[in-house]
Amino acid sequence: MATAISVKNLGKQYVIGAAETKFRYNMLRDVIMDTVYAPVRLAKALVGKSDRRMNKNFVWALDDVSFDLEEGKVLGIVGRNGAGKSTLLKILSRVTEPTKGTVMVRGRVGSLLEVGTGFHPELTGRENIYMNGAILGMKRAEIDSKFDEIVDFSEVSQFIDTPVKRYSSGMYLRLAFAVAAHLEPEILVVDEVLAVGDAEFQRKCLGKMGDVAQQGRTVLFVSHNMSAILRLTQEAIVLNKGKMIMRAPTQEAVDFYLSSGQAQAGERTWDADEIPAMSAPFTPISLKVKDGRGKVVDTIRSTEPVMLEFEYRLGAEVKGLRVGIYVSTMRGEYVLTSFDTDTPNLYEKFDTRKAGHYVSRATLPADIFNEGRYSVGVNASSFGVRRYFMDENALAFNVDISGAPGTQWPEPRVGPIRPRLEWKIEKID
Amino acid sequence: MTEIVKHEPTTIYIKPSHGLAALNLRDLWTYRELVFFMVWRDVKVKYKQTMLGMAWAVIQPVMNMLIFTFVFDRVAKLPTDGIPYEIFSFTALLPWGLFVTALNQGSRSLVAHNNMVTKIYFPRLILPMSSVFAGLVDFAIAFVILVGLMFYFNVTPAWNLLWTVPFFVILAIITALGVALWLSAINVKYRDVNQALPFLTQFWFFATPVAYAFTTLPENWQLVLSLNPMTGVVNGFRWALLGSGNGPDAALWVSVAISIIVLVSGLFYFRSTERTFADTI
Repeated sequence: MATAISVKNLGKQYVIGAAETKFRYNMLRDVIMDTVYAPVRLAKALVGKSDRRMNKNFVWALDDVSFDLEEGKVLGIVGRNGAGKSTLLKILSRVTEPTKGTVMVRGRVGSLLEVGTGFHPELTGRENIYMNGAILGMKRAEIDSKFDEIVDFSEVSQFIDTPVKRYSSGMYLRLAFAVAAHLEPEILVVDEVLAVGDAEFQRKCLGKMGDVAQQGRTVLFVSHNMSAILRLTQEAIVLNKGKMIMRAPTQEAVDFYLSSGQAQAGERTWDADEIPAMSAPFTPISLKVKDGRGKVVDTIRSTEPVMLEFEYRLGAEVKGLRVGIYVSTMRGEYVLTSFDTDTPNLYEKFDTRKAGHYVSRATLPADIFNEGRYSVGVNASSFGVRRYFMDENALAFNVDISGAPGTQWPEPRVGPIRPRLEWKIEKID
Repeated sequence: MTEIVKHEPTTIYIKPSHGLAALNLRDLWTYRELVFFMVWRDVKVKYKQTMLGMAWAVIQPVMNMLIFTFVFDRVAKLPTDGIPYEIFSFTALLPWGLFVTALNQGSRSLVAHNNMVTKIYFPRLILPMSSVFAGLVDFAIAFVILVGLMFYFNVTPAWNLLWTVPFFVILAIITALGVALWLSAINVKYRDVNQALPFLTQFWFFATPVAYAFTTLPENWQLVLSLNPMTGVVNGFRWALLGSGNGPDAALWVSVAISIIVLVSGLFYFRSTERTFADTI
């Protein structure tokens, strides 16, 4: 088998926030001086001389990554947020250039990063198919020949001459995916498409990806969804802070990722500038997701209990304070809301909270969540008085359902919860 | 079932590029259909959900003409070589409108399509190019109005010179594209361009003899204004359509040279900053 992708010592450096420590905009004088110097800075920047006063911070989003991939193989890429997964895919699809290293790619790279890119709400479904196809690099004749198939796949044939702004979000997505799926590139790059759409559509996407692999095309699949990775790939690489730390058969790589603390991102801290002044005397410090063993994790197993830990400080005594969490799906449906003084004894004991440093912990029992990604929000308020602080999207975690009820059937299940219900089967006659 | 067309895949090498990037116009050629589709989309979408639709392509220059006629002819009584002011200004407003639309849309094109830039590979030049070309459709529609106006005011066109009109249209497009290449690439990093564009176009408008006749200027001012390629375009239009003025002279070739320099330098600047577009936009 020929090599489809060959990556050698690939590196990508980003500049993160040119820190302008000198100007803090405390005084009008600083603002004026900064404004006066602005054209000078602009001119310098345009000729490529960076301003010396700026301390640029560089970060290697991808650092010395090398691997080869044979034609027709499906490779999974796992790693926590910021590990460099998306950067790798962006380089492979030529959206951005590497800082060092080389990539050899044999054939057209199509990516599902781009589902719906270039769709215009005012254009009809038909017009958008042509537009999107052209953006993805298809020739008009090619789109003509696949047009009917695309429409069939998207199940929107009735509305094909309606502007897509009148579509439901599901229809929109199906049409967008249908175009991308019919691009038939030699190499397909998939980044987290499964996070969107309903279960039926996700099943269809997975099916299409399976077909693509069977036709001997090469697939790179990035996902936070370990079950999907396990289902679709035989081999996976693990990225951490831009470095490739493992390449192994998928089961091995996933186990390593889940158990080595690689998945550790389940922590959110608030910096002083992220806290609105009006939240005083309440100051949030951190929110952590911990697994059954008390380790901070990004991915929890649905078969273990999970602990949510919210740390905060009270600058003064607060009457009637309740601190709570929301959990919602990535599509924004709430799964649950809970407050730390929900139980009567805590309600009486902590109705008035003195100034100090606190942590409120909630344990969510095992077998609650279905697979997928969930968002945790926090709230601190006194009922009927005022809300001190709220962050509806403080952090997100993934749920891995290995061992959950019903996993003997490798199909996604609808619904955000996946409880272990007590079933009885009785033979009546 | 899908029929799989087996063709030998092309091998692409991706590596960091340095210095001035090669123009790689071949890549642009393979994506030529995308230019067509983008122009088509811009035109199609522009007047959607408007009551008057395509009529706006006519209303805008006509309203401008009426305002100009009132201010510069009826009030200020500017001389126009004996041509009715309506025709005199409309002939210049046509290429000027084309230029301004092209310049504005082109300069904002990369930022306006940032979701495309950050998600897919395609030659980035397509964005400013198609934005500039899209202006040609409005131009063609407004041109019909000019013909009508000429009938109405009984102005005979300079038949023997008409064939030169496309040349001046191309000059306007080249100028707009050259400046748009520079500004769109700078706009990716510094959104100051968005703020500066209205001033730039206003300044440029007064530096172009749209509302007034070039010949009424003092000699040394004429010399300065000749450096502006749009002066060449506007004078050329009046000469080719109305037979006014002396026709192309050395100043026109200076205009042409300047706009070609802007275009070529813009192409290179664009291509060499292109590699960081997706990271900085």
